[in-house]
Amino acid sequence: MKNHYTATAKSLHWVMAVLIIGLLALGFYMQDLPLSPEKLKLYSWHKWAGVTAFLLVLVRLAWRAGHRPPPLPAGMPKPLQLAAHGGHLALYGLMLAMPLSGWLMSSAKGFQTVWFGLLPIPDLLAKDKALGDLLQNVHATLAVLFVLILVGHVAAALKHHFIDRDDILTRMLPARPTEN
Amino acid sequence: MKHALSTLALLAALSPLSAGAVEYNQVLPAKSSVAFTYQQMGVAVDGQFRKFSGQLSFDPAKPTAARVSFDVELASVDTGAPEGDAEVAGKPWFNTAAFPVARFVSSGVKAIGGNRYEVAGKLTIKGRTQDVIVPATFTAQGTGGVFEGAFTLRRADFSIGEGSWAKFDIVANDVRLKFRIAASGK
Repeated sequence: MKNHYTATAKSLHWVMAVLIIGLLALGFYMQDLPLSPEKLKLYSWHKWAGVTAFLLVLVRLAWRAGHRPPPLPAGMPKPLQLAAHGGHLALYGLMLAMPLSGWLMSSAKGFQTVWFGLLPIPDLLAKDKALGDLLQNVHATLAVLFVLILVGHVAAALKHHFIDRDDILTRMLPARPTEN
Repeated sequence: MKHALSTLALLAALSPLSAGAVEYNQVLPAKSSVAFTYQQMGVAVDGQFRKFSGQLSFDPAKPTAARVSFDVELASVDTGAPEGDAEVAGKPWFNTAAFPVARFVSSGVKAIGGNRYEVAGKLTIKGRTQDVIVPATFTAQGTGGVFEGAFTLRRADFSIGEGSWAKFDIVANDVRLKFRIAASGK
């Protein structure tokens, strides 16, 4: 059985890894800044990057639907296999829910999202302060959850590499053989 | 006598329609609004002022004699976000501690056809005064009337947003002001 990811899947994985870690770090950093031109700029960048990440995850889901990822190691215990699948499902769920909640939060707070300052994303919600505050909590809570699951994702990959000594980590690295 | 009485009654019935009989002079704040829109990195953001007052005298039959002065309490600003409200009350923006009120005082009114008018006047914000021309329409509604209009001011003309905010790359220079002023007649 083939045991590698396509070059496209690898590219999407690593581009999104950088984007998502950057988005999370920026999100936690910018929220406590005092209001300044810098802060408004960072918020705009965060929103632009968030829209980009949302589009990329759609591409990724479409690609994955047509390209089955390589299977988990045969010797892997059933509960751990379930945990791996559950973890990946949660990551995909969060990759969708994070930008969606951010977009809805922006709408409810009355600050439309305009991709790169050029392409207005429609406001699905009317301005509503209470709803905006609620969605802000949702967005922040999902972000904390995202960090926890990402830590688990990285820890699992490192465990596979250093403890189980299988190819789970290396098969996602660019150097390994790929197919398209 | 009977004839005289009926003439009087007829006159009384007609008087609201006769020229110069209605003067609009009481601003009704509860039915009025002063809103604004500005661009923030390409995003249009709406805000408003919650407290304002005005004196006016406007007779549709004699528009050139109309006068208006209008005060906006700058600390009543609603920028759409609480931290924005606190920020624009501060020194770099309105400096409401020193300049609590923005004031418009008309100097002349021109009728430009239909129910449209041009109100020339002086707008003073933050100790700086600029000549502005405010286009407005007037619509009679019941016993009162509504003035509506919009104009664009440049915040830099009034030093609104100094220091790190002075550049226009984040918050644009142009601010579109939209007003709806309801007045009752007398």
